This record gives sequence, C-alpha cells and structure tokens, in this order.
Amino acid sequence: MHDNLVEIRGLHFAYGSRPILRGVDLTARRGQVIAIMGSSGCGKTTLLRLIGGSIRSTQGSVEVEGQDVAGLDQNGLYRLRRRMGMLFQFGALFTDMSVFDNVAFQLREHTNLPEPMIRDLVLMKLNAVGLRGAHDLMPAELSGGMARRVALARAIALDPMLIMYDEPFAGLDPISLGVTGNLIRRLTDTLGLTSIVVTHDVQESLKMVDYVYFISEGVVEARGTAAEIKSSGLPFVHQFVHGEEDGPVPFHYPAEPYGVDLGLNHA
Amino acid sequence: MLDGVRKLGRQTIDGVWRLGVAMRFFMLTLLHSGICLRRPQLVIREIFTAGVLSLIIIVISGLFVGMVLGLQGYETLQKYGSESALGSLVALSLVRELGPVLAALLFASRAGSAITAEIGLMKATEQIAAMEMMAVDPIARVVAPRFWGALISMPLLAAMFSAMGIFGGYLVGVVLIGVDEGSFWSQMQAAVDFRQDILNGVFKSGVFGVAVTVIALFEGYAAPPTAEGVSRATTRTVVTSSLAILALDFVLTAFMFRGA
Ligand SMILES: Nc1ncnc2c1ncn2[C@@H]1O[C@H](COP(=O)(O)OP(=O)(O)OP(=O)(O)O)[C@@H](O)[C@H]1O
Ligand SMILES: [Mg+2]
Repeated sequence: MHDNLVEIRGLHFAYGSRPILRGVDLTARRGQVIAIMGSSGCGKTTLLRLIGGSIRSTQGSVEVEGQDVAGLDQNGLYRLRRRMGMLFQFGALFTDMSVFDNVAFQLREHTNLPEPMIRDLVLMKLNAVGLRGAHDLMPAELSGGMARRVALARAIALDPMLIMYDEPFAGLDPISLGVTGNLIRRLTDTLGLTSIVVTHDVQESLKMVDYVYFISEGVVEARGTAAEIKSSGLPFVHQFVHGEEDGPVPFHYPAEPYGVDLGLNHA
Repeated sequence: MLDGVRKLGRQTIDGVWRLGVAMRFFMLTLLHSGICLRRPQLVIREIFTAGVLSLIIIVISGLFVGMVLGLQGYETLQKYGSESALGSLVALSLVRELGPVLAALLFASRAGSAITAEIGLMKATEQIAAMEMMAVDPIARVVAPRFWGALISMPLLAAMFSAMGIFGGYLVGVVLIGVDEGSFWSQMQAAVDFRQDILNGVFKSGVFGVAVTVIALFEGYAAPPTAEGVSRATTRTVVTSSLAILALDFVLTAFMFRGA
C-alpha cells in the first residue's frame, strides 16, 4: 500500500510554447485534504487535468497509487479514473438527465448492479450531500450551489479513492460555503478518501485542510499545514491570506504606464 | 497575387486536413459502435429524438410536394393526352429523387443542427470532459448511438416522405382533378421497379443519412467550446450537409440510372 496516493515530482507543462508549470512537487497522503492555491491563471486547473491524465506533462512525473499516469494507455487510464472523482467548477452535470440519473450514471456504466440496488445507492449518495429530496429535478432547475453538490454526489458514486475539486467555493454564499467546506471534510473522513481542493478561498479552506500548496510562476512557492500558513511570514502568502490588493502578486496585468495609454504623455 | 495563391493553398490544406480528421472521427465512431448492440435502448432513444420528432415536418412537406407534383404533372401530361400516366410520374419522381433528397435536406436542418448544437453545448459545459474523467468514452456513449439512431431513421423518413407525396399526388390528381383512379394506380405499379427504383432510393437515403450525421456529429464535437463556436458549427452543419446531399445525389444518380 502506497502511503502517498498522489506524488508529483518536477512537473513541467506548457501550452504550445507558453510554459505554465515549471517544476512542481506535490504529495497527497491518504486521508488528507490538501489545498492548492494561487492566483488566477497560474495553472491550478491544469495541474488537476495532469493528475487526471487528460493532458500529459512535457517533463517530470505524476504518480497515482504508484502508477505513472502519463505512461498508461487508454484502458489503464480508464481503470484508474474509475477510482477518481473530479468536480468541475460548474458541476458539468449531464443536462439531458435528471439528478437521479446523473448520480446513477457511473453505476449504470461500470457495474451490473440491479436497478433497486442502484436506487438505494443513489439515494444514499444524494442524502450525503443533503439533496435526496431533489432527485427527480433536472439540472436546469438547480441553483449553482445545488448543482455542485449533485456533482459531488455523482463524483462519489463509485466510492473513489481520490476526489479533485476545482474551485468548489466559487460563487457560493457564506452559508453554502461553510456547508460545502464541511461536506468535503466529512466525506473525506467518513469515506476514507483523499481530497485535492483547488481554491481561491483562503479563509474557508484553511478551516478544513490538512496541507496547503501555494503555486506561483509555475512552481510551489510555499507549503505547509494550515497553522503554518496562517503564521507564515512570506510576503506572498501574507498577501494571499489577508487578501491585500497589492504586494508580490500585482493587481494589474502588465501594461504600459497609465499615462501613455490615456495619451497624456509619451513613453 | 502571390498572397492570394498562398491563401488558396492554405485553405486547401486546411480543408483536406479537416476532411481527414472527420474521416478518422467516422472510423472511431464505427469502431466504438459495439455499445449500440449491447445496449439498444441508447439507439432507440436517439431514433426517437432524431427520427420521430422529425416526422411531422417530413409528413407535411411530403404531402405538399406530392400535391404540387400532381398539379404540375397533370398540366404537362394532359397536353399529350396521357394524364393516366400521372401515377407513375408522381411515384417515380418521389421514390427516385425527391423523397430521399428532400427528406435528407429537411433532416439536416431539423435533426442535424440539433445534434451539432447538443454535442457542442455538452462540450462547452464540460460534460464531455466530465464523462471522460468518469472513464466513459464519449465517442461510444454519446456519438455512436446518435450516429446509428439517425442512420436508421433516415431511410424510414424518406419512405414516409415518398408515401405522403404519393398520397398528395393522388389527392390532387384523382380526387380533385378527376384522373381515372384505376389507371393512376396500375400505371404506377407497372412503372415502378422494386430493385431499380425503390431499393436504389433506400440506398440513396442511407448514404445521405451517413453524410448528414457524420457532418453533424463532427461539427459538434470539433466546435470551439463557446457560444459563438457552437452557433457557427450549427450553421456549418446545415450548409455543408445540404451541399453534400446534392453533390452525392448527382454522383449516385449518375451511377444508378446510367443507360437505364
Ligand atoms: N487549452 C488551453 N490552451 C492554451 N492555453 C491554455 C489552455 N487552458 C488554459 N490555458 C492557459 O494556461 C494558464 C493556466 O490555466 P489554468 O486554467 O490552469 O489556470 P487556473 O490556475 O486554474 O486559473 P483560475 O484560478 O482562473 O481557474 C492560463 O493562463 C490560461 O490562459
Ligand atoms: Mg481554474
């Protein structure tokens, strides 16, 4: 049994000639909730897609349960993915199926379970996210936060060993935010999962995660337990944790001096 | 001048490249079609969405086209005193040409565009990516059933179109104008050959069915995942498949009825 469920070493990735990741190291131990933070566009979603094997690295390795993801063929990859859940930012529910059928999707595709048993399992998963009563609604009838919880129920349908969440908190009100955060923690603990959470929401995630990675400029800029991060002296982390507008991470996208753009003076 | 040539060359290469990718997509779809035999209910569902929902437009258009054929055919035939041949004229035009071609054109704009839009939107909203992350191959689960569902529907719709057209011709020719009913049907029976006309018509609509569905599925699958990309792909499906139907019709007709 590998103690480290996910192990990433020296990972490089580029879209075309544009490098996004330049040497990321990251470890997720079994049973942990780890958070990946960083400013918008730094490559967090890209990192999740690399772990899921939908894109391949140019250099370095991603290992899940000791298997090199980039080295798997389609069958191997699909076998591995049956044991991973991924929560897309907007849920990505199948819009032509009801909530029930969405959660039942993988059970029907990957198992030969009889329909009554599928029904019990689906209702159980929906109950875990508090939406058992919504099982016959269509995705269009759900709010954004509900859709994400349904997507979470769908992601845990096959009892995966690993769940990846892409910004589960974005666009939620403070109550749903806390609910979702607790849910992730509780599911991880009760189902014995490992969770990787990509998020911007420092305050909420620091309450529930075991370990945090900060990514900046394509490398892991800082790492540590929630307590270590809170008391970190690094200016980058400090800016992030306290939500300050300007600091090592600039508010402005690189641009010419303001005056030049407004035509007031010439460079 | 040189720029123009360069642009032409570029567009030609792009076009051929796209054609190649579409062919590869088609082959992949065939390769992953096993699921349609294992789970026929997936195909039946698509026959319903593509076929049954196109039925109304096919029935109404067929009826009107047949009625127009009855009027026009009678006008011309009576000049030569051979209005009794109206039945064979209506039936042959429909079964050989108008049935397969018009049904396919209607199918392209009704069902083809819907398929492109649906798959394009599934991609734009990451449903396809989610399916892949759940270890389900979208080509097998989403594309192949739609392909077979549409392909099975197409000849049936064309037959429906022809049948309604013949009924329309009968309404106008026999009921309204008063052509002799006996000769209307017997001339039709004598003129229409099962192999020559009906089977060839069915074959034609099968070929059109493949063309329309492959174009619709491919455009949807290859559409940029944005609202604009999907809407463009939908338009392209209708335009490209209409042109493909007409061009294929010429080629097929030239082969089938030469010398006949
Ligand atoms: N398919 C793609 N082709 C080319 N570039 C891409 C593609 N997807 C993402 N990028 C670029 O890669 C960079 C990292 O993207 P990514 O989606 O991983 O960022 P992120 O950290 O998830 O950002 P956010 O927090 O805003 O979601 C971005 O600058 C983006 O412009
Ligand atoms: Mg992202």
